[in-house]
Order: sequence, then structure tokens, then C-alpha cells
Amino acid sequence: MKSKRILVKGVEAIALGALAGGCNCYFGYPITPQNEIPELMSVELPKRGGVFLQAESETSAINMVLGASAVGARAMTSSSSPGISLMSEGFSYLIALELPCVIVNVMRGGPGLGGIEASQGDYFQAVKAPGHGDGKFLVLAPYSCNEAYELTAKAFELAEKYRNPVMILSDAILGQMKEPLTLKSPKIKTLEKDDWILSGAKDRPGRVIKSLFLDSAELAERNLKLKQKYQKMEVEIKFERLAEGSEELIIVAFGSMARICKEAVFNLRARGYPVGFFRPITLFPFPRKALCELAESHQKRKKFLVVELNCGQMVEDVASALCGKGDILSLAYPPSVLPFPEDIEREIIKCLNLSTSLNV
Amino acid sequence: MSKPFDFPKCLKRNTFHYCPGCHHGIVHRLICEVIDELNLKDKTIGLASIGCSCFLYFYIDVDILEAPHGRACSVATGIKRMRPDLFVFTYQGDGDFSAIGLGDSIHAASRGEKITAIMINNTVYGMTGGQVSPTTLLYQKTTTTPLGRDPQREGYPLKVAEILATFEAVAFCARSAVNNPKRVKETKNYLKKAFKAQLENKGFSYVEILSSCPVNWRMDAVSANYHVDKLTEVYPLGIFKELPPKK
Repeated sequence: MKSKRILVKGVEAIALGALAGGCNCYFGYPITPQNEIPELMSVELPKRGGVFLQAESETSAINMVLGASAVGARAMTSSSSPGISLMSEGFSYLIALELPCVIVNVMRGGPGLGGIEASQGDYFQAVKAPGHGDGKFLVLAPYSCNEAYELTAKAFELAEKYRNPVMILSDAILGQMKEPLTLKSPKIKTLEKDDWILSGAKDRPGRVIKSLFLDSAELAERNLKLKQKYQKMEVEIKFERLAEGSEELIIVAFGSMARICKEAVFNLRARGYPVGFFRPITLFPFPRKALCELAESHQKRKKFLVVELNCGQMVEDVASALCGKGDILSLAYPPSVLPFPEDIEREIIKCLNLSTSLNV
Repeated sequence: MSKPFDFPKCLKRNTFHYCPGCHHGIVHRLICEVIDELNLKDKTIGLASIGCSCFLYFYIDVDILEAPHGRACSVATGIKRMRPDLFVFTYQGDGDFSAIGLGDSIHAASRGEKITAIMINNTVYGMTGGQVSPTTLLYQKTTTTPLGRDPQREGYPLKVAEILATFEAVAFCARSAVNNPKRVKETKNYLKKAFKAQLENKGFSYVEILSSCPVNWRMDAVSANYHVDKLTEVYPLGIFKELPPKK
């Protein structure tokens, strides 16, 4: 297959990935640092017979996505941290109504208005509680333009497979940096939807899509059904592991921070340091088993250094996954202080020399 | 002897859960009659909203989606933009349409979305127990204005039909009531005009229906029915805007 290479920003790679994944409508509201997504979609979607509409707010945009999804469209929205918070009621409804869609969060610094620099401060919001109630997103965290393109395309298939929203969790660095993207034609499956979408009650009784269940037994049953769905999603778990198991220390990082850490790990390994690298690509479901297997390999107790662009969030998931099978260390950079690989290397060496683990 | 009218085809034979004297049931029936008469059942999507009428799907046999509070016009926009061949209506209360959802409602109207919004204006939040709403009359007592709506504190009644009538992209905008037979017939006529405006792709259409809420007005059903006349002094009835037929 002939494939074309182009130079694009991360956010453009996301938009192109969405188009490759069959996205046929986009609803959104401007916010830095992701405006290139709606701008590209406003040009490309109408050309392909799709719909682009800029809403008057994020709350409105996510509800347009909700309506479009209910009639079978491959709907998408994108935003950045404060806008994502505004959408969260809609997220909860989308989960409850079992409506597929793709939501992109190009994270910026917070809390509040924060800033427009890179941050991974929305990790908890994305993986623990995107909205009220017990709902979950399937969360994908790319770390390059190529991966952003491929994961966004795939996200549309996954959303329909599980009838659940899928979030692409990116950040300002990954979103705004330019690098070569290889345009492929990914094979994205389209699933039959006629048995559940709203299309007009022709030759059948009216169909209802609702999330209100006043009967408590019925509501409990609904919640358990959703829980089972999240468990089924575990077959989608993806991660990158650069470790044989004999290492003394494993770096755990995702997204743009993983990019910086990976270089640090390469540099140190070339100099003979016993360092490995583990990158979750699905943040929910989290690769707990893979981390555990790594911790238990070679019967050697290891240190796990979790590096994040926030005040320490994913480290809690790593600690919970390892359940005491390794020593947990946290290296947390709040937004606006972006480390160089050399900074990480120094920290890794410090940690290797630590005799006792830090408690998280 | 011939029947003057029959049970509407798309009205389900469920007993209404609404309180005695509530007007929701009358409006539900009128919507069903118009859907039947315009033969729309096969292509209709209704948006239930949050409030007493969120159980719209118990009564109307068309495809129905439950929208979050205030968002029905945005949800309807997503549907209609992707399926312009369908007929889409929202059914909202004054709290849903004109308080929490006013932004969604105004912008959908201003964009001229080809949808029909029906706002049941009973001047209170019915389902939550009768709190003050944007359309509550001045000095009206509610559970959160125990001494009455004070214009210095809660401001003045919001006149939605009058606002929407000023929008270029609004094709049909009217206010009616259903507290006597003449007004019931008039409401049906307005609903039909509003539905047709959408079917003819003319723009956004809106019908506001003044309705009673005996329980939250602390009145019996008959007094509440007459009290709707008092509402018309603040909210005059009639067509506020109607675009001529397309040539």
C-alpha cells in the first residue's frame, strides 16, 4: 500500500485520524491549544458530505454530539481542560445512554483557567470520573503524531463496539509539536446500528433512549451491565514495554512525558544503567496485569518511578496495580515546568542510589 | 352516528401520571393528533426533557430521546443536522427551556435549526415542588419565593415568545393556552403551523403553551384552570411571527 508522509501538528494528526476513522460530524467550541482541530474539520467535513458546527458553548457542543450519536452518526468533539469540565454532565449522559462518540482532550495547565502549557492534570478526571455517577470512558493516550492519528481512527470503532464514549487524552506539547505523519488507510470496522438507533418508528413501535430509572432494582441492574462492559474492555488494553525484567528501576509514564522519559531511558541504558520503560497506552482500562508481570519477573524487587506532568495522579494507579510488589517513586512536574531528558536522567540516577523507597 | 374524533393513533393507552387538572395530558394528545394528521409517526423523533414531562415516552408512540436538563434544542440540533429528513420536536417546561436551557434554546432559534420547540409555561418548576422560574408572575408565591416574586430580587417575568419573534431565522412563533375548548383548537392549529414550518424547511418554530399546575399553585383543578386567564394578562396569546409560505 502506498503511504504518504506529511508534516503536521499533533492536533492536526488527531483531526486527520478522525476523518480516516469515518467521523462524519464535529461539534465544538474554541479553546486553546486545540483550535486546529475544529478549523481543519470545518474545511474537510463539508467536502465529504459531513457536518461541522461550532456551538455556542461546550455544554451545547457535547449535547449536539449526543443527538447525532443517537441517530447513528460517527460524532466527535474536542476541547481542552476547562471545556472538558463543562462537558462532563453530557459525558455522564452519553455513558448512561450508551451512545458512542469520540472526545478529544488536549490538556492544558489547571486548575481554573490555569495556562496553555502542557499538563497531564486531567488524568483522574479522564480515567476515574468523566462525569457524575459510576461511568467510565475508554481512554487512549497517544505519544506521537502517528499514534495520535491511528488511535483516533481506531477510537470510532471502539466507541461503536462498546457503545461507549472513547476519549483521546492528549496535551499541549503533543498537540502543538510538528512531526512527520505517515498517512495510512486504517481498517476501521463499521458496526450494524439499526437495532438501537433512533430513525423514526417505521414498521415498529417507538424506540426510547433514556437514562432515568426510578425503579431502584432496574437502576442497579443498569449499573452492573455498564460495569460488565468496562470489564470486557480489558481486551483492548495496550501498552509499550522496554524492559527485560532484570532492571532495577522501571520508568512509568504516558503521553508526551513518556516521550521525554523514553529518551532518558535510552541514554541511560546505553551507558549501562539497569533501567526499563513502561508506557500505558490505554489509561482506562489500565494495564495492571502487565505491570504486575513486569514487577514479578526475574524475582527481583524493582523500583517503579512514575513520571507525570501533574502533582502525582497515575502513580496511584501504578501503586494499586503493583499492590506492594515493587517500590513506588513519584516524579511529578506541575504544569509549566517541562523537564529535559537530562533532568529525568539525573532523577533516575538519584533514585537508583536510594536505599529505601519513598512512600506515596 | 359518526364519531367526532377518535383516539389518536400514536397516543399510547397509558393512564397519565400527571396531577388532576394538569394540562400536560391535553397537549400530549394534541401533539399526537397533529402527528397523525400530518402522517409523521414514521419519521418523528421527540426530545423529552427534564421535568414532569420527562415520561413523554409513556404516552407518545414515536422514537424518543431523553435530553439532559435544558439541552433539548442542542440535542435536537445534532439529530436534525445528521438526519434532515426526520421530523424533530422538543417538549420542554419553562424551567428547562427558559432558565437552564435558555442559551441552547436561543442559539438553536437564532441558527434557524429546522426543529420545533414546544414550551409548557406553568410559571413554576413543577416536578421539584413548585420553585420560582423565570416565567413566575410578579408577587406569585412559590416554595422559594414564600412572600411572592419580588422584582427587586427575582426580576421580571421572561417573555420568551416575544424574544424569539425578533429572530430572523424563526419561522413560526406563537403562544396559546388550553384552558377552554376554543384555545385547545387554537393550540392545535398553532402546533400544526409550527410542524409545517419545519416540514417546509422554513426555520425554527416555537409554540409556548400556558398551562396549569394546580398542586404547585395551591389551587383545585377548576380554579387553576381559570387562573390561566390571569397568566394571559402578562403573556398575551397569539401568533408573534409567521413567515409566509415559500414560493
